[in-house]
Amino acid sequence: MNITKSAIAGTLESSDAQVTVCPGTDGIQLTLSSPVLRPYGERIRQVVLETLRALEVDQAEVTVVDRGALDCTLRARVTAAVYRSMDRFENIPWGGLDP
Amino acid sequence: MNEEKKHRLRRSMLFLSCQRPGLIQDPYVYGPDSLLLDLEDAVAENQKDAARHTLFRALRQIDYRGVERVVRINGLDTPHWREDIRASVAGGCDAIRIAKTESADDVLRVEAAVKAAEREFGRQDTLLMAAVESARGVLNLPDICRASSRLFGVALSGGDYTKDLQTTLSKSGVELAGARQLMVIAARAAGIQCFDTVYPDLEDAEGFRREVENARQMGFDGKSLINPRQIPVVHQVFTPSRKEIAYAQKVVREIEEKRAAGIGVFTVDGKMIDIAFYPGAKRTLALARAAGVYPADGGLD
Repeated sequence: MNITKSAIAGTLESSDAQVTVCPGTDGIQLTLSSPVLRPYGERIRQVVLETLRALEVDQAEVTVVDRGALDCTLRARVTAAVYRSMDRFENIPWGGLDP
Repeated sequence: MNEEKKHRLRRSMLFLSCQRPGLIQDPYVYGPDSLLLDLEDAVAENQKDAARHTLFRALRQIDYRGVERVVRINGLDTPHWREDIRASVAGGCDAIRIAKTESADDVLRVEAAVKAAEREFGRQDTLLMAAVESARGVLNLPDICRASSRLFGVALSGGDYTKDLQTTLSKSGVELAGARQLMVIAARAAGIQCFDTVYPDLEDAEGFRREVENARQMGFDGKSLINPRQIPVVHQVFTPSRKEIAYAQKVVREIEEKRAAGIGVFTVDGKMIDIAFYPGAKRTLALARAAGVYPADGGLD
């Protein structure tokens, strides 16, 4: 799945995350900020990369501003941003989105 | 259809917006009987897609600890409702709440979409409930209530309904009286549950309690809620008191004993009792049991 245009999903509210995806040419370039970067940064990075991999996105610039989001929220925001970049709002392959 | 699941205890149904992940990640801590995970009015038009993703991931990954998960989908006059159903069923929700239900046909359209989603995602037994929000919907309640074996209940949405009546919500609730009465009658005739509308004034605790007490007296099974702090009042009002449980126990026992002895009419605590009181007393005990205040062995005597 190619990111052909920039898209954003999520907010800066507590327990949320704002995810921006942009077209890229050098694999996944992930920029992450979070108030819990030291204890959970690696976990957040892992969840974001795992979600992108499941969506078969392998070229993108991704920025995550975390506000203490749970894993499920991170996955939801990454997925929403990716599908928004494709202007795809219907017929989402929900059955193939796990984890 | 799973009858036990269909007729479960639903005193409190708490609305939460799927636009805000922080709201739907742990609402089971407040102890509602059901959650109304909202994709409709509480979600901005340009956030419908993101809310569906948030809902789907929450349903898949959060353990709601037995609290029922009902998703309120967008109206059938919007482009969103079919995808709402796909996301909800794929996530494994317990039920779909149909917004702005106007006719039995609306229920059947949603039922067909739910069945298609169940086939697509390998799910089953998704229940339905119908929210009635217009004069036409109220007049069609008898048909709506009998439209589908998946329908566990109907709910009144007072805000939109009063707009349709060209009036406003008042503290007395006089403008809702006809709809409330008809809803209880239609639901009982069809053997399903019914739920009163939300009480929007969070500062008026006295008015809220009065409205909950009236709803129970009218025969409603529970109430839609907009704030967790409304839950304890609803549970207190809709759960039989110890006095009510003790009386129901006595009525059941006396009726069973007298029936065996060939006696049809008698008194319990000075009140005339006959077989017609049996179902009501049994219902009180079943409700108390479901609410966890009456042991299965009936040992409260």
